[in-house]
Amino acid sequence: MRDTLAVARGVSWRVLHTFFTNPAFLLPSLAFPLFFFTAFVGGLSRISQVPGFDFPNGYTAFQFVFVLLQSAAFAGVFTGFGIARDFESGFMRRLMLAAPNRRGILLGYVVSALVRWLTVAAIVTVVALLAQMNVGGNGVDLFGLYALALLLNLAGTLWATGVAMRLRTQQAAPVMQMPVFLLLFFAPVYVPLALLQGWIHAVASVNPITPLLEAGRGFISGSPELTLAAFAIAVGLIAGFAAWAFRGLRSAEAAG
Amino acid sequence: MTSIALTQTAALGARSVVRTARQPANIIFPLVFPMLLFAVNAGGLQSATRLPGFPTDSFVAFALAVPFVQGALIATINANVEFARDIQTGFLNRLALTPVRGIILLLGQLGGLMTIALAQAVFYLAVGLAFGVRLASGFGGAVMLLLLELVIALAFASLGSWAALRTGSTEAVQSLFPVFFVFLFLSSMNMPRNLIEADWFRWVATINPVSYLIEAVRSLVIEGWNWEALALGFAVAGGLSLFGFTLATRALWRRLERT
Repeated sequence: MRDTLAVARGVSWRVLHTFFTNPAFLLPSLAFPLFFFTAFVGGLSRISQVPGFDFPNGYTAFQFVFVLLQSAAFAGVFTGFGIARDFESGFMRRLMLAAPNRRGILLGYVVSALVRWLTVAAIVTVVALLAQMNVGGNGVDLFGLYALALLLNLAGTLWATGVAMRLRTQQAAPVMQMPVFLLLFFAPVYVPLALLQGWIHAVASVNPITPLLEAGRGFISGSPELTLAAFAIAVGLIAGFAAWAFRGLRSAEAAG
Repeated sequence: MTSIALTQTAALGARSVVRTARQPANIIFPLVFPMLLFAVNAGGLQSATRLPGFPTDSFVAFALAVPFVQGALIATINANVEFARDIQTGFLNRLALTPVRGIILLLGQLGGLMTIALAQAVFYLAVGLAFGVRLASGFGGAVMLLLLELVIALAFASLGSWAALRTGSTEAVQSLFPVFFVFLFLSSMNMPRNLIEADWFRWVATINPVSYLIEAVRSLVIEGWNWEALALGFAVAGGLSLFGFTLATRALWRRLERT
């Protein structure tokens, strides 16, 4: 256990040092959520006047939940990009030779993704509050919202790690990114589920991200809904992607 | 332009097209990604058509303009990354030793790019028609739309070529993608400007040239022949082309001087 933690600490320190000292890594992680937040809240706020749009806390809070979850998932994906880069540079081979317990490598990347997301989430939250976001939920509700996003961050990291460990090239970036992008955007991003029509309603209804989004919006408005379902889905995603990531690690070990 | 110059331009343009065609990622991504965004927005924002004053009852038709601009943008980045690679690998230097005039290099590169953008535009139009969109401006509008797409592609391409020639770096050209993307999202791509509620966003969309490119394409799809929107679209695209081409030509001269 001590070996695992020592490796995890080393890996996460290295990733976070690169993240915080190199603007090329820090800026995209910050810019994308802020950019989506600005574009959606600024450009689409009139949507809240569509008949049937019944979210009580305004369009800023409605979009904030999506951007928070999106930033959580993509912090994991960006961590996957870093793992692929480490494989291409040859660093990962040296790391695997040196690490007494390779599960610590996974743990280190997971912890670093978490810290990356917490940094982004803090900034996005401050920006949303400056934009006069109306928060209806109490402390417990908001804890639920951030806990849900944290679990999605964990799931996203494990997914991207599994891909990076198997493909071991930066060219795998679209494989990590595109499914996450599609899952997020085929959910009720712009309007509540009830206002979606046609094929997108059918897709959003079976999309596992939809309950997470609806639960998150329930938390911020102070009227929690689908809480159990959302947490169950998040835990299920983590369990599945943890197995995916560990098998990926074995695959990377076998590949030498 | 003499026949020799035309032959040289065509050869360099063909090289640009073939090089792009040989890399599936450079073909598939510019076709698929705008269509994905189109599907997401058209599906998710259909209810926006119920807002009073919304110009059409089909968000698919409203959103169809976006892939044309976005596709031109992505094609431009991809092709100019290759152009920057030509500079990095020394191909441009070797070409400069031949009798080919500098301006021909630029025209060939831009011509190849416009050919790719035109092929993409035909694809987007076909997808739109397959999804039930009917151009309010008819067949003539489709021809005008493709012409407009060529000028839009020339605008982005000339700016991208300037970046490639100025920096000679593939990374620098790639980094233009988020910049162009910001311009796209801070435009009237998802909402008519008069229906944008936030004053600051409406102001940004109004001074953003990309809004006028989108609105010109959109006018052909949902309005018919709106000469004001078309004139603004062509003026903005033409102005950007002229601006970008001037910068690119100067950057080319400087780069050839250095060799």
